[in-house]
Amino acid sequence: MPHSVSPANSGTPDQVQDDMVVEPQPQAENGETPNTASPENPVVVNTEPENGITQGDEVADQDMAMEDVGVQGEKVLESAVKEESKLEVKLEDLFADVESDEEFPSSNALNVKPSSPPEAPSSPVHVGPASKPSDSDVMRSFYQRLFPWRHLFQWLNHSPTPSTDFGHREFAFTLQNDAYLRYQSFPTSDLLRKDVLRLMPSRFEIGPVYTTNPRDRKTLRKSSAFKPLAKEICFDIDLTDYDDIRTCCDKANICNKCWQFITMAVKVIDVALRDDFGFKHILWVYSGRRGAHAWVCDKKARFLDDQKRRAIAGYLEVIKGGAQSGKRVNVKRPLHPHVARSLEVLKSHFQTDILHDQDPWETDEKFDRLLQLLPDKTLNEALRKKWSSAPGRASTSKWADIDALAKSGASKTLDAKALLEAKQDIVLEYTYPRLDIEVSKHLNHLLKSPFVVHPGTGRVCVPINTKDLESFDPLEVPTVTELLGEIDEWTPPEGEKEEKAVQDWEKTSLKPYVEYFRSFVVALMKDEKDVKIKREREENAADAMEF
Amino acid sequence: MIRQEFSRVDPKRRAALDHRKKQFATPAFQNVEYKHRLNFYATPPTADITLEQFEQWAIDRLRVLAELEACSFRNKSPAETATHMKPLLDKYLPLSSSTSGSTALQAERQKDHYSHFILRLAFASTEDLRRRFSRVESMLFRLRFQADDVRERMAFVEGLNLEWETVSDEERREFAEELRAAGGGYPKRIEEESYFKVDWIRVPELVESRRVFLKAGKAYVPGREQLSMVVAEFTSRLDKALELTSRALPRLDEDDRLTPILTHLSQNFTTPDANYSSSATALPGADISARNHRHPFLLLPPLHAEPAPFTPSRRASQAFRPSTIHVISQRHWPEPRRMFEYRYNVRHTYGDVGGDSNRRGGGYSPFSCQKILTEHPPGPGEAHGCPYRHFSIDNLTALLQNVGVKDQEVLRGVKEDKEKTKFHLACNRVFEYVHKQEIKKVKDDGTWGASQLETIVHPNEYFKRSYMLKNMGKNPVETEGDVKMEG
Repeated sequence: MPHSVSPANSGTPDQVQDDMVVEPQPQAENGETPNTASPENPVVVNTEPENGITQGDEVADQDMAMEDVGVQGEKVLESAVKEESKLEVKLEDLFADVESDEEFPSSNALNVKPSSPPEAPSSPVHVGPASKPSDSDVMRSFYQRLFPWRHLFQWLNHSPTPSTDFGHREFAFTLQNDAYLRYQSFPTSDLLRKDVLRLMPSRFEIGPVYTTNPRDRKTLRKSSAFKPLAKEICFDIDLTDYDDIRTCCDKANICNKCWQFITMAVKVIDVALRDDFGFKHILWVYSGRRGAHAWVCDKKARFLDDQKRRAIAGYLEVIKGGAQSGKRVNVKRPLHPHVARSLEVLKSHFQTDILHDQDPWETDEKFDRLLQLLPDKTLNEALRKKWSSAPGRASTSKWADIDALAKSGASKTLDAKALLEAKQDIVLEYTYPRLDIEVSKHLNHLLKSPFVVHPGTGRVCVPINTKDLESFDPLEVPTVTELLGEIDEWTPPEGEKEEKAVQDWEKTSLKPYVEYFRSFVVALMKDEKDVKIKREREENAADAMEF
Repeated sequence: MIRQEFSRVDPKRRAALDHRKKQFATPAFQNVEYKHRLNFYATPPTADITLEQFEQWAIDRLRVLAELEACSFRNKSPAETATHMKPLLDKYLPLSSSTSGSTALQAERQKDHYSHFILRLAFASTEDLRRRFSRVESMLFRLRFQADDVRERMAFVEGLNLEWETVSDEERREFAEELRAAGGGYPKRIEEESYFKVDWIRVPELVESRRVFLKAGKAYVPGREQLSMVVAEFTSRLDKALELTSRALPRLDEDDRLTPILTHLSQNFTTPDANYSSSATALPGADISARNHRHPFLLLPPLHAEPAPFTPSRRASQAFRPSTIHVISQRHWPEPRRMFEYRYNVRHTYGDVGGDSNRRGGGYSPFSCQKILTEHPPGPGEAHGCPYRHFSIDNLTALLQNVGVKDQEVLRGVKEDKEKTKFHLACNRVFEYVHKQEIKKVKDDGTWGASQLETIVHPNEYFKRSYMLKNMGKNPVETEGDVKMEG
């Protein structure tokens, strides 16, 4: 760990880390009842991000309040205070451009909260039906009782003992007042949890692992020494990119019909990443509203530079150009194996999900778009005539008409091959995944962490198990308020001993998602461990050779 | 990941040997046996050679490299370069194939190996030299690689340990369909192409444009892409090695045996660009003015058009190219108030005035043909460049006829040259036509050697030669004094 130069934080991170390592495995999720957390709570409330800039008096208050916590706690807190005084600097890092996402409408309105400190949550969480997901006590309960911190830590750390994989990882918080706090980093998951509880971000994002601790970046003599080293390759699929072809909903709304676009996309991308690139650990996460993210976590993938990331993105990108650029699918013939395979996967979806459910060419102006994409002028005229005379003809029939008319010899100059290729292109245009390619191209792109709550919908960003991808229903994903209610309703099953601690998430419908995430992380850690052992063995063998 | 630097001898290896066994062990430093005709120059030579050999081998290789570079300047196609280089290579740097059974096989390869490393020492010193050296060495490698026997080439590539895996026939048949599709429908029969597997990370460009078949993280690269991959590997290794050499160079701290040879070598490896030191171009009394039209040359800035105000960048790009013969007629003269500006521009492009005169060489060096041909083509509203390159064929013919080149034979030759993008050939063809008599005379007299009559690759050379030919036997100082000016 590099020693920082500035006196403000010299030493403390190290100490904290040492403390944390010495500590017995802290009661991360299980042991912590709200009561033990209660002495902290006034502090947490006092440092609501609203007044995050005016720290002076409250810092003193904190110290007063924390006197009884003990030496260790004090040290930890000390660092927290230090970090907080650094907060003033951090607030300069408001990256307006990063926050272009219209997915998250401004939460300013929600900010006008009663300033009275909420009571320390006692075991039953009273969540009335009226409580909004972004209410800070709802969020606090969620972060305290349900968020799988330990799994998240292991996922990013790739081993149970804290390492720089986690320690140098950037976290970015979106605070309740929409302030954006970048370059946060934490030696352990407990410190991350503590800071999240203190700041109560409406969501937080995960960035790359850097060469040094992101908090120390300004103390480096050369600014070029601070570079991103590794990050999972991420893919972002968002239904807004499908707005010109989805007829059921638009903007932020989704239904099961248009979720099928995401299902197809996940299928195509997942199989390409696994079969073509040989990646194994791909985590798909529901983005909370109308999209999905992929995290490719293989070690090989994490250390790819931007050029290689661009190569993957380019390999997967088939639909190019905006709404005005005419034909957007221009693939070489014969079709590259990846495109051919994707087409095979997408064909059945095209029949059911596009032609039947979306019915994209229902009206006159809509089937114009289809005709634009077909190559033969005379055939197009024949089709236009036919379709104009029968308004409201279903897209499925229209699609069939193309072949029927072509066969009947409506056009003498018809090039059957060109027509087939055009039809293939149309299938691709209407079904092939539309990736937000910029997310995948750059090593230092931040992406929302799994399991955070989407501030707009209150839904938890749960991982999607690709094995039952078809049955995943975004509208069934539990919201944070539902989950908290489920904790209260839970009763221990009959016949089980009382002593066995049941974690809060196990009491809720979050359980299958956390379990899936855990199995994913375990498999990932196992692979990382194997690599390490292998390398050690090789090194030993090499040493042996010397003698 | 720590990788053993291939150019270093493992320091532990020497110490690892028990000193009592040392005398029987195979020495770490020994004469290398050259198995392949080609060489990646991974291990430095360790045997002794004489100083004469040191110098001679280096010079021989330098000749080859310099000619190779000239070929690229002349825009020769790979095939032409190969034919052009063959006699030179056979003379200076022969390399027989392993099957030839030549007795000099090992000696030839040793010479190739050693001369490469000597030049590496000579050209590692500056960034510029390193770049040029690695460029021409890569060209030489590519040339030899292509000329190599197929089987030997395969053995060589396999011996490189590039972590490539040849795709077995079975596997090739299994994925025949995919391989063909990824190759854009080629080859028609899968047996016609050999494939090898590499980690896809090694060929990101091919992946990005979906030109290879991918399976489980391996890219199936067709044989026709092999050349570029091997050469890319060669270049990247050489660049790295040159970087290391340059860092080690100060430690050479050597007496006066090798250093002078090395400096001499690197100085003799100069671009035609830099060849034009002021002393070389200075023609006593030859004032580079437009009215001096007894030796015709062409000025490209269209003077009859309204001359735009000259900005430095414009001026620098307005490489006036005297290589076409254009007797300036009166109607092309700028009006008197423009005269100074005009003359300044002419002299500027010749490299006489302008630029930062404090710089080495006293300012910009005048653009060579290579530079004019390849860089900064004239945009809309600009009128610089080489007429053979930047004019349409119709305009060019008209221009040539305008300036008195009416011979159909020459015009047709120019047209063909232009179509083959041999602009310098066209230019030299015209030069020879226009100076036919003078050239014949100097050849007959024997006053000009062959070196003075070789292909012109610099506009200034064109002018200089033209001037000297047209002013043969005269005292150049006699030229009209009235147009002389002090820049």
